[in-house]
Amino acid sequence: MHDDESVLKTPEEPMEERSGVSRRDFLKISTIAAAVPVVSGTKMVLAAGEQVPVHGPGKVPMTFNVNGKTYKASLEPRVTLLDALRDSLDITGAKRVCDKAECGACTVLLDDKPVYACSMLAIEGQGKKITTVEALMENGKLHPIQQAFVDNDASQCGFCTPGFVVACKAMLDKHPNPTPDDLLHELSGNICRCGTYAGIRGAIAQAARKGA
Amino acid sequence: MPDYQWPDPAHRTLIGKRTSRVDSPDKVSGQARYTYDIKRPGMLYGKMVRSPYAHCKVLSIDISAAEKMPGVKAIEIVQKPGATIPWAGDEVVAVAAIDEATAEDAARAIQVKYQKLPHLVSDAEPPAGAGENQGPLSLDDLGDMLENQVPERQIVALIQEYGISFKPTEEDIKEAKDEGVPDSVIEAARTATVHPEAGTKTKSNYVKASVQSQGDVEKAFAEADAVAEGLYGAPVIVHCCMEAHGSTSEWTDPDHLFVHMSTQNVSGIAGQMAEPLKLPAANIRVHQDHVGGGFGSKFSPDRWGIVTAQLSKKADGKPVRMMLERDSELEVAGARPSAYARVKVGAKKDGTLVAWQSHSWGTGGPGGGGMPPIPYCFSIPNQHKEHTAIRNNIGPARAWRAPNHPQACVLTMSALDDLAAKLNMDPYEFFLKNLELTRLSKIYRDEFPLAAEMMGWKEKWHPRGQNISGNVARGVGLSLHTWGGRGHASDCDLSIHPDGSVDIKMGTQDIGTGTRTCIAVVAADALGLQATDIKLYIGDTLYPPSGGSGGSTTPGGVSSSTRRAVVDARDALFARVAPALSVQPDDLEARDGSVRVKSDTNRSLSWKEACSKIGATSITSHGHNDQAAAKNKPDLTNSGVGGVQMAEVAVDTETGIVKVTKMVAVQDCGLVIDPKMAESSVLGALIMGISYSLFEEKIMDPTTGRMLNADMEFYRLAGLNDIPELKVHMMTGPGYDERGVIGLGEPPVISSGAAISNAVANAIGVRVGVIPLTPAKVLAALNQKAGA
Repeated sequence: MHDDESVLKTPEEPMEERSGVSRRDFLKISTIAAAVPVVSGTKMVLAAGEQVPVHGPGKVPMTFNVNGKTYKASLEPRVTLLDALRDSLDITGAKRVCDKAECGACTVLLDDKPVYACSMLAIEGQGKKITTVEALMENGKLHPIQQAFVDNDASQCGFCTPGFVVACKAMLDKHPNPTPDDLLHELSGNICRCGTYAGIRGAIAQAARKGA
Repeated sequence: MPDYQWPDPAHRTLIGKRTSRVDSPDKVSGQARYTYDIKRPGMLYGKMVRSPYAHCKVLSIDISAAEKMPGVKAIEIVQKPGATIPWAGDEVVAVAAIDEATAEDAARAIQVKYQKLPHLVSDAEPPAGAGENQGPLSLDDLGDMLENQVPERQIVALIQEYGISFKPTEEDIKEAKDEGVPDSVIEAARTATVHPEAGTKTKSNYVKASVQSQGDVEKAFAEADAVAEGLYGAPVIVHCCMEAHGSTSEWTDPDHLFVHMSTQNVSGIAGQMAEPLKLPAANIRVHQDHVGGGFGSKFSPDRWGIVTAQLSKKADGKPVRMMLERDSELEVAGARPSAYARVKVGAKKDGTLVAWQSHSWGTGGPGGGGMPPIPYCFSIPNQHKEHTAIRNNIGPARAWRAPNHPQACVLTMSALDDLAAKLNMDPYEFFLKNLELTRLSKIYRDEFPLAAEMMGWKEKWHPRGQNISGNVARGVGLSLHTWGGRGHASDCDLSIHPDGSVDIKMGTQDIGTGTRTCIAVVAADALGLQATDIKLYIGDTLYPPSGGSGGSTTPGGVSSSTRRAVVDARDALFARVAPALSVQPDDLEARDGSVRVKSDTNRSLSWKEACSKIGATSITSHGHNDQAAAKNKPDLTNSGVGGVQMAEVAVDTETGIVKVTKMVAVQDCGLVIDPKMAESSVLGALIMGISYSLFEEKIMDPTTGRMLNADMEFYRLAGLNDIPELKVHMMTGPGYDERGVIGLGEPPVISSGAAISNAVANAIGVRVGVIPLTPAKVLAALNQKAGA
């Protein structure tokens, strides 16, 4: 991370009006205001004419629902959902590749919708159902889209595969018989370097036939 | 004498049949663990302060503020004040802290002052006469040439002609041998004239790296019936592995290091870390289960890997993880050298090639690089070639899948295709006509008609620019390629246990090419089992060494060592089982999960029953494949494959957008172990080929000297929707199988650029000489044609 913007200083003067909002401020403000239960020590600042709570900059307690289990962690508000999953919860299926919403390797489901876990803060993920690739297997059996990936050899090095599997599952949930246009819209946010796209196409076709 | 030979088709149970990748279930379920996923108890996070300038001197480094930050555990100065930095993103200071955010904060708190120096990041055509004669070669020059797989003979010739600027020590020579430097190069360096003064001389950015002639070029051109001239090229591109380079290192005690590293070279890493860490290689354990791509860029521990171990040492041996940021991954962790050429090529009326002349240039970063092998595949009788290497500050080059071949292929096949157009010949006929100038004409002759049939070439090919309807121009193009691919040195330990389980230990790695599957298929085939019955232990220096996965050497290496080990173990098992079936060991075979009498297959024991005859101690065997073919008796691997590719494109003449609408590949790789894996390798290569043909380029900013597109938005890789119908055919059967196993990773990525470029020329009637074939370049070419 090479964030060369001015980093938000600790709001020592909590009610200070800020003339401009940096990217980091904006992330904090826009994402936290509505959804997150207020934790102790939260400060209020006036930003863009509104009073908003600011968490941190120290660690704050967070609670997550990942793959049907409850996890508690103490994290800085600046930690992304991806880093929280991987480094704090040791759920490493979602991969860190571009770390800025360009490649899709970190795709997870948030209330059943695919999101880039690298580009949302962990603190925003609270109170939502988070599903990672690890949860798609049931009773030790691969999900039909996973089996279709195996049958069609849709992974080589496999580093993009978890993101693709999750994105494909989300697409098939929405479009059981996806058209080429659906593929364009639903999968253009995932990138593979080894070139497994032919296998992925085959896997989607197989899973669609079998009604994944 | 055990019968190590590959079984004939009647006696193969799995070899040549479609087996699914054995580690697919782990990969699709998120269970596969990569280096990036390793979390060790008490692990610290490493970050690197990198140079913001392409060429500068480090003046001062102030770490005092960072040192005082809570949570910072170690700081290592990588390049001290006074050091000259040759490219942007080079490592200067490293820090380890309790979490990643703290490490980032600490890295930001480190103050480094630099003195900027003039830089060059362009690889534009050198000014006429700018090429300085090659002087004595430095160690860096040699390393650069070897990295780029400049042909052995060419390196030796340069050493003999110009000498070297350093006196190689016995230690240098030993190290070179360990790293697999060819004997002829070592011998040339050992006996070369040493010019120590040359090492201190400031070098020009332009070096005349090569001047070669054969035959009588002037006469041949004068007598040629048609001559085509053009400018062709391929820019610097990057590897962009999905898993960044990096490692986790920990000192398990003051004398032992445990390393998890993202690498293509598990068995070769410890030896490279030993000297800089002053630690015996035997005390370094390297482990890796899975690697998220390498493509030629992950053979070395790299400076950041050494530094990670040093940080760990400073932090009382605590594990330190340092994985590269994405921008650094693209800036410093791998680039393919560029190659451009002004080519003139001549032929007789009937298409027979007679003359080649090229003035080529390109950059491989600070070392400059060598001339790609042009003219590619075709040894045209009369040739004159000059190459100027550009030494600049774009960052270091690394081997990129099929080093130097895709560039050579673009330069050569584009020029030949232009010549065919000049002769009004169908390039299919033109290339066929000249196949006798290649070393693999028999293979290409088999492959050409198959590729044409798959593409529908006869129906689709029109003379240039004659298949345009509205604003859509359609065209087809073809190319051919070759690669070595002989198996590397590999050692395999195999055990058959009394309970019937079978395991294999080998210090190889599966870089996504299906190496696990290849080993399992070869072993299971001989034992009459399924691939998933073989328990594989790979990716660790605790296991017998096996070569790095580069140059398509892995399939030949691991399959040969496994075959020898499994045949010995199977024969030992037969010896123990024979008395129970009252036959001689030679009368037995292992098929379908049983050990049975060949002449009376009803007399059999299940695999488990048979193994119960082993007794208390497991059967163990060891198989070795030697890098030197002559030392393998019999030799189960081979070298030299041929492939042909054809592309069909649709070009929008208003927007300049090129769509590849179909591609076909016909490829040989000797005996195919698993056609499913083989086809995946070729499909992947075609996709990678489309990507570098249409999109990829490392774009440097001349002002700041930095890479402008060091991310995955502007360093564009092909996506799912850029990929058309792809057809692959693997050559098998007589003429192919008996050659033994040959690697497949590199060859199919070579032709794609030339085939697609030729298809675009066929579509729009004018050559876009330099890939990637971006809309801007296509429109510029169309405008030039319209103005002409």
